[in-house]
Formats: sequence, structure tokens, C-alpha cells
Amino acid sequence: MRAGRALAVGVAVGSAAGAILLRRRARSRDRVELYFDDGSLVTVGKGAPDAERLLSPARDLLAAARG
Amino acid sequence: MAQTADALAHLTEISSQIDAAVVLDKEGTVVAATVDDERAGRMAGAALELFRRADEQREQELVQLDAALESGSVFVVRDADRLIAATTRSEPTVGLVFYDLKSCLRSLAEAPTEKPKPKRAPAKRRTTTPRSRTAPRKKKDESG
Repeated sequence: MRAGRALAVGVAVGSAAGAILLRRRARSRDRVELYFDDGSLVTVGKGAPDAERLLSPARDLLAAARG
Repeated sequence: MAQTADALAHLTEISSQIDAAVVLDKEGTVVAATVDDERAGRMAGAALELFRRADEQREQELVQLDAALESGSVFVVRDADRLIAATTRSEPTVGLVFYDLKSCLRSLAEAPTEKPKPKRAPAKRRTTTPRSRTAPRKKKDESG
């Protein structure tokens, strides 16, 4: 009985931890891709110096579209 | 304006990935949108800000961008006169969304500019008499 309860608690804690990890991973994937007229592509990922300058209006745009 | 709205309606019809879209001019004025005016204004402001900041990144001209965020993606594409901004769910087919947005802008560029047609005055009714009933014309006297 105790073992069963411990297992259930373990599964619940593991699921919660997994969900948090996945959420953090998804957040860290935030990035902006810029395509220029000479055919070049620049990717600005989270953590790059200018990333927040671009990600902030992008989030505003998404929030505005969703009301 | 009506043609732009039609083009946007067509865009959301053919592209199931696009949730909302707005067409704006280079000053940020909304030309048409799939959302209400208030949201369209906020979308246009954010899209213009994002595009301007991104354009400062390099000397080359920026033509399009996409931002992948936790809860969805945003796209901005420009042509000579306008910008189109759109939002999608998470992890869309990026190439397909860009293709649809460019097609929309192209259709707007190709659309003839709307000019109100001048109203034509109603044709005057002529009362003509069949020739057979008219008297034969007299030849002009060329002697004189």
C-alpha cells in the first residue's frame, strides 16, 4: 500500500518536473530569423545581445493579435 | 481598401496556419486586417517597431522576418509599398507561411488602383427616320 502511494507521488513529481523542463526548453528556443535582400539569413536567439530588443515587439505583436 | 480586405480574406481562407494578419503602409497605417480596429492598430505598431529594429541589424535591406516564440510565431514581410504581419500557432510550416504572405502582397501590388468611374450621362435618344422613308437627298450644286 505504502509502496503504491510512494510510486504515485514519484510519478506526479516526475511529471511536474518534466513539464517545467519542457516549458523552459521551449522558452529558450525563442528566436528571430531575419532574411535580407542579398539572400543572407541571420538568426538572433535568446541570449544574444540584441535578442530582447527584437523578441519584445514580437511578443507584443502576438499578444495584440490574441487580444 | 476593399481589394486589400479581399486579399486578406483569401489569405486566411487558403492558409489554415495563419490566425491573424494585418496589412500596413510604411508609416504604420493599417490598410486592412482580419481583426478589429483596436487590435489591428496594436499589431501594426508592434510589427513596424519589430521590422525597424530588425532592419537596423545590417546594412543590407531586410525583406522578411519570423519570430518563433513559446506560444506562437509572428511573421513580417515587406514589398515596395506595404508590410504584412501575421501570427500563427507554435511551430508552423515557415516556408509555406512566407509563400502565402508574399502571394498576398503580390496580389495587392498587381491589383489595379481603385478609381471611381465617372458617371456616364444617359445616352440621348435619337429620333431617326428610316432612310427609305426620307426623301432622296439633293445633290449639291457643284457648279457654283
